[in-house]
Amino acid sequence: MSDATLPAVAAAPRFRLNLPLGVAIGVFWILLMLAIAVLADVISPYAYTALDLRNRLSPPVGMGGVWAHPLGTDELGRDVLSRLIYSIRMSLLIAFGATIIGAVFGTTMGFLAAHFRGWVEQAVLALVDFSASLPFLILALAVLAFFGNSLSLFIVLLGFHAWERYARIARGLAISAGAQGYAAAVRQLGAGPLRVYGRHILPNIASTLIVSMTLAFPEIILLESGLSFLGLGVQPPSTSLGNMVGYGREYLTRAPWILLAPAFTIITTTLAVSMVGDWLRDRLDPTLR
Amino acid sequence: MLRFLATRLARALITIVMVVTFAFVVLRLSGDPALLIMSVDAPPEAIAAFRASWGLDDPLWQQYLKYFTAILHGDLGRSMRDGRDAIALVAERIPATLALTLPALAIKLSIGIPSGIYAALHRNSLTDRVVMGLAVLGFTVPSFVLGLLLVLVFAVQLGWLPSGGQDSWRHAILPVITLGAGGAAVLARFTRSAMLEVLGQPYIRTASAKGVPWRAVVRNHALPNAAIPTVTIIGFMVGSLIAGAVVVESVFSWPGVGRLLVVAVANRDLAVVQCILLLVAGTMVASNLVVDLLYGALDPRLRQARAGGAA
Amino acid sequence: MRDAGLLEAKDLVRRYSMRQGLLGRITEVTAVAGVSLALERGRTLGLVGESGCGKSTTGRMVLGLEVPDAGGVSFQGKPMPKPGTPAWRAMRARMQMVFQDPLGALDRRMTIAEQIAEPLVIHAIGNASERAARVESLLRDVGLRADQGSRYPHELSGGQRQRVVLARALATEPALLVCDEPISALDISIQAQVMNLLVELQAARGMAILFISHDLRAVRQVSDRVAVMYLGTIVEEGSPDALLHDPRHPYTRALVSAIPHPGKQGERIVLQGDPPNPAARPTGCAFHPRCPLASVQCRSETPTLRDDGADRRVACHHPHASPIAEAA
Repeated sequence: MSDATLPAVAAAPRFRLNLPLGVAIGVFWILLMLAIAVLADVISPYAYTALDLRNRLSPPVGMGGVWAHPLGTDELGRDVLSRLIYSIRMSLLIAFGATIIGAVFGTTMGFLAAHFRGWVEQAVLALVDFSASLPFLILALAVLAFFGNSLSLFIVLLGFHAWERYARIARGLAISAGAQGYAAAVRQLGAGPLRVYGRHILPNIASTLIVSMTLAFPEIILLESGLSFLGLGVQPPSTSLGNMVGYGREYLTRAPWILLAPAFTIITTTLAVSMVGDWLRDRLDPTLR
Repeated sequence: MLRFLATRLARALITIVMVVTFAFVVLRLSGDPALLIMSVDAPPEAIAAFRASWGLDDPLWQQYLKYFTAILHGDLGRSMRDGRDAIALVAERIPATLALTLPALAIKLSIGIPSGIYAALHRNSLTDRVVMGLAVLGFTVPSFVLGLLLVLVFAVQLGWLPSGGQDSWRHAILPVITLGAGGAAVLARFTRSAMLEVLGQPYIRTASAKGVPWRAVVRNHALPNAAIPTVTIIGFMVGSLIAGAVVVESVFSWPGVGRLLVVAVANRDLAVVQCILLLVAGTMVASNLVVDLLYGALDPRLRQARAGGAA
Repeated sequence: MRDAGLLEAKDLVRRYSMRQGLLGRITEVTAVAGVSLALERGRTLGLVGESGCGKSTTGRMVLGLEVPDAGGVSFQGKPMPKPGTPAWRAMRARMQMVFQDPLGALDRRMTIAEQIAEPLVIHAIGNASERAARVESLLRDVGLRADQGSRYPHELSGGQRQRVVLARALATEPALLVCDEPISALDISIQAQVMNLLVELQAARGMAILFISHDLRAVRQVSDRVAVMYLGTIVEEGSPDALLHDPRHPYTRALVSAIPHPGKQGERIVLQGDPPNPAARPTGCAFHPRCPLASVQCRSETPTLRDDGADRRVACHHPHASPIAEAA
């Protein structure tokens, strides 16, 4: 049997699952959230717009509520648990979509800058500077003011939140790979740029990019919930975590559970992803600190 | 030194120009400004008059130049809602925002930095873990949640503090705390890692091996070197003061620039949005400039590099 | 005695302009200032010089990796295409480079079998099983075992890695191999092995080799001809043994005298003056600030590479006279 045809073994150091307790809980929570998001239609007791006018503002089960609505209801009798489930799906969808958009766009720009150098690089760097010069929230608000908001626009907008980080990483690593490294060697073998970037540079910087994505993910959740809270993000009838907090605010005194459930979810999910991201970064790429 | 200043100023100006261009592009891209600013069922003559007065029929580059010169002259348009000058509207809100953000900044600096330093110096001790735990909470809890929770506890349940509006100094307590907490957490974490990185350097070990007392080592070697990256973060925080205020002012119904921005966005009051955009960009650029200058003063390596002529 | 010329480089010049800072002056660095060389099938030309003398840049221009500012390179009679073009890429199958740092030249994430097979994939040579067979035979040719193909670069030693790089370079059976300091990063004990391997491979495959190094001894071992470079020009050219026993250019003499040799007579020549700076070329002969024989002519007139007896060329106004000529 020719050894040249053996399947490739992963080059990463053997992945021993020595998770610290906090990280393990974080991973579990993330998986739970993902499961909820995927299975929302199946596990949600009600539709998120379903009204139950007899049970308006009913508190959660522990505080005098009914089992039919374990987490209580809002002012229109909508079940908080169901809305929470769908909000998780919406917020995660937005966060994933935005993170991936940002990573793809940023990496591509970084590669373009590294490959073409010259004025292309200067243009990309100027854009990076510009991006870093305005707090993203303000930029987002300006765009939302000018363009209004549809969901796809919103996701794309959020996608640009951290693109310059990926661009910087991609550009830096591509340049150092290109100079006297394997990229130069492969180019010298006659490989076209697509092969060089796609089969060589990208896999090698993937772990750094992934860590960056994991660290940016919670930021997007926070951004989205903030904007939705202000009424400028996800619009009704769709519901997201920030959205729910925004509605719940009016009933802060009478029915705090309306906003506490989504608020708690935001906090724990962000915390979980941050902890896992930090741990990933420490293990895979201490240079990102 | 002069060359350094010149290049930094040039970059600052370019950034501002880019922001202005961005606002212009976005404004034009988002549809016919005439239809946006006037309502859809305005009479066609009014729309035509509007277009003429705004020069919307001119070629694009001409519009851009007009737009640019208008801004240079301080004319940023009028608010749609009450027809007042956008600049005036924004300017009168600035003191309210400052009343929140400046004390918050003080909190961030006075709590964040010392705790970060302390945590770094007593690494892995109980205090370190507590501080870091709190810090993590600080940036995973979004400001609006924190604000609402504080209101829930202190205003609703305990009734100690008011929950909104700007009537007395007591009204400022909760918003200031909300604003300051998140930033203090970020700063603590950052200062700690900057200090840890510096403390791990060989020259620190050398200094203490030479017999220099630890306090002096920290004071003379560790702190100044850790200050450099910390200054950058502080600069960023100063530059994004308004951004931070946006959500908090909305939670507490505080009539500042942030709240104005949210309302303007909801109403698509483009002149006001533009104005605030430029204000924020200007603040950010100015604060970055100051940071760059401080950098030059703090980091002798940069001074030398400049003297040698390398960029 | 000249075989069919494989590659000819004439009067290559390469300059870089560097700008000091955003608003600073622009300095022009002349890395290569007029180099001509010819490579023949089955023969090795050694290029020696210290760091900064332009030998690496020359190697890159020979391969077409960089475009010379003046002069040209022709391969098998045809001019070299511009780098990055499909024609240039197709030509890579005919000429390859071996780098100094074998670990840097290999992708950490791919097995060495995959990397050796890669040039075959790029140039669409053979099908999967033919390639696998080829990889196996290449591994054997460079002295590695076939089962080592499934290893990763970081699992091999430095010498083994350089062998892998060689195997990859030979995959498409190139006619020309440019080796830029191929052994400098290796342990001394391994260096000899790798050099022997090179000689064997050349004998078996008949390719031309341009061997670039700062180590005169190593160059002598593998080359049929040696050229010595200083500050972007060739100062002396000849057969290795003759050069070592009878160096005629003052720089070559200094280089040769620095080679440690048990029981050697004669003093070591230590050059005075500043190390060569390509950003500030001296007038006339580039070597004159450090040359013990420098004269007024040397300061003003640049010497050209001229024949000095059989099979030797020197660029000097006062070359060391050969003993035979002296005796005559």
